[in-house]
Amino acid sequence: MASKLKVNPTRMELRRLKDRKKTAVRGHKLLKDKSDEMIRQFIGFAKENMRLRLEVEQELGNALAEFMLAKSVSQDSVIWEALSMPAIGMELELGTKNIMSVNVPEIEIKKTDSTSLYPYSFASVTSELDSSISTISLLAEKLIKLAEVEKTCNMLAGEIEKNRRRVNALEYIMIPQTEEAIHDITMKLDENERGNIVRLMKVKTMLANRE
Amino acid sequence: MRKEKIAVLGDSDITLAFKAIGMDVFNANSVGEASEKLKLLARNYSVIFITEDLAIQIEEQIAKFKSRTYPAIIPIPSSKGSTGYGIENIKKDVERAVGTDILFND
Repeated sequence: MASKLKVNPTRMELRRLKDRKKTAVRGHKLLKDKSDEMIRQFIGFAKENMRLRLEVEQELGNALAEFMLAKSVSQDSVIWEALSMPAIGMELELGTKNIMSVNVPEIEIKKTDSTSLYPYSFASVTSELDSSISTISLLAEKLIKLAEVEKTCNMLAGEIEKNRRRVNALEYIMIPQTEEAIHDITMKLDENERGNIVRLMKVKTMLANRE
Repeated sequence: MRKEKIAVLGDSDITLAFKAIGMDVFNANSVGEASEKLKLLARNYSVIFITEDLAIQIEEQIAKFKSRTYPAIIPIPSSKGSTGYGIENIKKDVERAVGTDILFND
């Protein structure tokens, strides 16, 4: 239960509270609309996130298993030598996108051009290694997309949670408290008014009796 | 300055595969090592892939970065295959946002 707001029962205070209530109600409506729209967008991202993750986990799992197999065939030193100097570089282009005033990342991949994907000569390693490297390389784009979508989901979820708290605070604390205070002040002012009228009437009869 | 590059944090078995396609890789074989390296990487890289088995162990540290735009720290399956940790995370997000998992609850 909301605790009572302590206010002076004056007309000035009453006016101030009425204004405040108006703002609170408008803010509540706006925040509620924001929350609805964010959830709508979030659901789209969450579905996309799930789809991408399932795909990536499946494909990456296979590719890594293949890689492990290829690795076990050759000597460790040979593999190390073959892979430790990559032929292609991978750079990102970073940006931010504004979704319902949440700044989410926008990531694009830039592969630096190279004549060959494979940093080694084909003579030294097995063909299984080639195929696993090429699958992983193809997966890179999907991985980055996943990173972008997953981060967006994380951030939206956090923001929706925060927003919901604000909406609830307004709906269940702020607005009822202000309403109660307004009611109290109105009652008190009315009571004063009645007291005043009674006093006046009494004085009037006293004056009439004296004459 | 944050680099516009990708970092992979995991055991040495799989990081080599990512190194071959031009990502920067870092090996971590224990929890302490992983946590320390992540601290460094978070400052310098914008996308960090971390293997699930490590991610589970330093979950709290990763959670700190969730509300920031960068870095994006994304769990990936390790060489042992997927443990369902990533999927679990998506479900948690949905629960956080909507209140209950209404999308993928099967």
